[in-house]
Amino acid sequence: MSSTVDVPEAEQQGGGKRTETVETVVVRFCGDSGDGMQLVGTQMTNVSAIYGNDVSTLPDFPAEIRAPAGTLAGVSGYQLCFSNHDIFTPGDAVDTLVSMNPAALKTNIADLKRGGTLIVNEDAFDKSNVAKATYESNPLDDEDLLQPYRVHKVPMTRLTRDAVDGLGLTVREADRCKNFFALGLIYWLYERDATPTEEWIKAKFAKLPHIQEANLRALRAGYNFGFSTESFTVHYHVEPAKLPPGKYRKLTGNEATALGLITAAKLAGRGLFYAGYPITPASDILHELSAHKNFGVKTFQAEDEIAAMSAAVGASYAGQLAVTASSGPGICLKGEAMGLGMIAELPMIIVNVQRGGPSTGLPTKTEQSDLLLSMFGRNGESPLPIVAAQSPGDCFHAVQEAMEIAVNFMVPVVFLTDGYIANGAEPWRIPTTDELKPIKVEHQTEPNSEHGYLPYKRDEKLARPWAVPGTPGLEHRVGGIEKADITGHVSYDPDNHEFMVRLRARKVASIEDFIPEQEVDGPESGDVLLISWGGTYGAVRTAVRQLQTEGKAVAHAHLRFLNPFPKNLGDIISRYKKVLVPELNMGQLRMLLRDKYLVDAIGLNKIKGKPFLVSEVAAAIDELL
Amino acid sequence: MSTDLPVLSPKDFASDQEIRWCPRCGDYSILAQMKKVLPTLGIPKEKFVFVSGIGCSSRFPYYMDTYGFHSIHGRAPAIATGIKLAQPGQQVWVITGDGDALSIGGNHLMHAIRRNVDLKIILFNNQIYGLTKGQYSPTSPTGKRTKSTPMGSVDHPLNPLSVALGSEATFVARSVDVDIRHLTATLERAAHHKGTAFVEVYQDCNVFNGGAFKFATDKKVKQDNIVYLEHGKPLIFANGKKGIRVNEGSRPEIVDLDGSVPEDDLLFHDEKVTEPSLAFMLARMRYPEFPEPMGVLRAVEKPTYDEQVNQQVEDAIAEKGEGDLDKLLNRGDTWEVK
Repeated sequence: MSSTVDVPEAEQQGGGKRTETVETVVVRFCGDSGDGMQLVGTQMTNVSAIYGNDVSTLPDFPAEIRAPAGTLAGVSGYQLCFSNHDIFTPGDAVDTLVSMNPAALKTNIADLKRGGTLIVNEDAFDKSNVAKATYESNPLDDEDLLQPYRVHKVPMTRLTRDAVDGLGLTVREADRCKNFFALGLIYWLYERDATPTEEWIKAKFAKLPHIQEANLRALRAGYNFGFSTESFTVHYHVEPAKLPPGKYRKLTGNEATALGLITAAKLAGRGLFYAGYPITPASDILHELSAHKNFGVKTFQAEDEIAAMSAAVGASYAGQLAVTASSGPGICLKGEAMGLGMIAELPMIIVNVQRGGPSTGLPTKTEQSDLLLSMFGRNGESPLPIVAAQSPGDCFHAVQEAMEIAVNFMVPVVFLTDGYIANGAEPWRIPTTDELKPIKVEHQTEPNSEHGYLPYKRDEKLARPWAVPGTPGLEHRVGGIEKADITGHVSYDPDNHEFMVRLRARKVASIEDFIPEQEVDGPESGDVLLISWGGTYGAVRTAVRQLQTEGKAVAHAHLRFLNPFPKNLGDIISRYKKVLVPELNMGQLRMLLRDKYLVDAIGLNKIKGKPFLVSEVAAAIDELL
Repeated sequence: MSTDLPVLSPKDFASDQEIRWCPRCGDYSILAQMKKVLPTLGIPKEKFVFVSGIGCSSRFPYYMDTYGFHSIHGRAPAIATGIKLAQPGQQVWVITGDGDALSIGGNHLMHAIRRNVDLKIILFNNQIYGLTKGQYSPTSPTGKRTKSTPMGSVDHPLNPLSVALGSEATFVARSVDVDIRHLTATLERAAHHKGTAFVEVYQDCNVFNGGAFKFATDKKVKQDNIVYLEHGKPLIFANGKKGIRVNEGSRPEIVDLDGSVPEDDLLFHDEKVTEPSLAFMLARMRYPEFPEPMGVLRAVEKPTYDEQVNQQVEDAIAEKGEGDLDKLLNRGDTWEVK
């Protein structure tokens, strides 16, 4: 503003360097798990979303909080894709890779596009770190390795120390600011407005003024490095995306699940009770809900997974909208109490944020391998409805639909997400209040027969009434022993048992009349139908659209309701020559589809703890054409 | 009557279900005393919830015409916690046994107690697995021969009162199934306690472990084998002939009250002392070395978990105002797309 020289605005911003306009960019930050990569990735996501790009993210971090510094096991990465149009995945290949140390370079360089930009902190490439990354010699001297890329060796550690000089920071404190240096450089490279990040730093370190100033300086130093040094000759512009009009915010899947639950309870005018035990990657749901007690949310951090499930069953009996969340190992422990909720016919939500299994498996990596656990993971005939969300923002809506099924049919509902959509973020169009659909919850307050209250007398949906302790005259007992039809008394009668087993199964099956029919993206009939579910939505949708634009007769049905299936699914399947089922497991949905529809469905299965690449799905479809 | 308290009788608490415990089971007496106590509390019937796990004792809720939940093995304290948090106005009772509470459900018991959830936990201790027909339990004595321990158990038993005290229980008591007046009084004390009230009841399984507590029930010997606790009173038993004194090694010892020991030297019971050492010492007085204490070992006040969980909700509302969905959904950085 104070400049008297008339410089074009673009040049002011870019240091007089050439600007290229591009449509979609994939950036990945990677470094040691202590390097703050998740933090800068999140900041970059925020500024890109606020700017108006569509954004999709893939945080990828190790299970160890701090694996030994500099080792391959300790590498943490955050990938984000931002675009001028709507996107469904965080991108297959990386355009710009920021690597903070040799280990990060080693584990990530294979994903960088040929011709892509590689920015490394050359100060971190000392003998010790090079050895820890199992390189025989410094990879920055390896011309064959670096030849395919545009390489920028930046002495980030030294430049950050220089930037914060005079603030009285220890070397360790100074070095912790270098992630903001890297972020500042990327902000310059992609013309990002740093203001939201500056505001965040100011708020975050309000009580530590010298740290606040240091991070602000590091951010600016990084930006200015791109602006003024000759190392960078070009920077990039990505226009805002043309998303549906409305007000937006960034949301992760776990946040969306929590907000969806609060919304469901608030609109239903009931209390929300959440019981959980800390587990990766589900704990953020507990954290988010705990922060909103003023919505009448009661959170209970239980002594174990079994207690969390049991407390949810108790709270449901006591009339609250009860929820528990966990991941695979925890869900295994909950199985018995889920069965209790099932036979007691009480509504509740069991959230499973799926991760790599079996056993402890890959706690921080994504997988879809708990579908069959959700279907069959309890003793006896114990069918439960299953609803799966398809993207981070979708968790908000899908969990409300799950709750609606639960209270309408008096049944526990399994709500499936996965590590990928739970931790991933995307711009989310905030629904206006009148777009939200209240769930109707009714408690029985009067006896429902001349003989008093009959807890297992059913309505036309086969749901039993929900009478809550404290209601005079409706005192009754529930429990895990087989119930006599209508009265709910303990019954060992063989005919009653078969009747009740079939009745409970029929009740769950009849939900197909309650849920919407399955929609298909693409031609009504054709060569290949893809059937997917959960977090693979983005990759499958993008791959199918690609092939559709090439004129191929390929269609896509993405399932939200996995038990029961939408009632038109069999008809849809019969209209295509081949059915391809991409899943991040050994073929669990495929097994269910083959069983129910006797269709020779073909599987595309990946079990690497990573989401599908669009190219992997596209190639599999191509093979079938 | 100026107040509108319901007038109820034990009959009002009897459900229409046929009771299916074995004839002469100790559970009958506990059920009968419970039905006597509840009408005296001035609480409407719909305000009671009985929660149980699995085992003979856990059939209890079916026989009470209150709200009830016969749940799964060991989980009653967790389910009851959910109920109490959801409906703090309910009086929630947990009916459990030695296997249910101390073996499969040990973790939930411990955590319900240390949180001080306002639950009344009645542990029917018969030192045996009755429902599964006679395996040794976590309270069976070492050497116990059962179907699963034909050569004698090599396990060391748990002392339920020590477990409760170790879990920082605010109310710990013991009674016996057939000691009707004492049991009634003890259940009543438990009902009035605010916080977790833990009561161990010696209960005779006459089919699989008959006479396990004969020392405490047989009128010919029991006066020598149990000592009734009364707050502020010295520990005297054996029809006034013997007392308990704390010796120089801080250990309890039995003394003859033949005039050689003044009453002031005896151990005076104090159930309200915050520090639990006395209660621990009492809990560890076991037959036959000592008379076993009956009554309330400990009754102290602490804020309850349910009260505080609900208070935090109230506080959050007072501080931030009643939750506003529009504000919640629009929180943080937002932007408009036109």
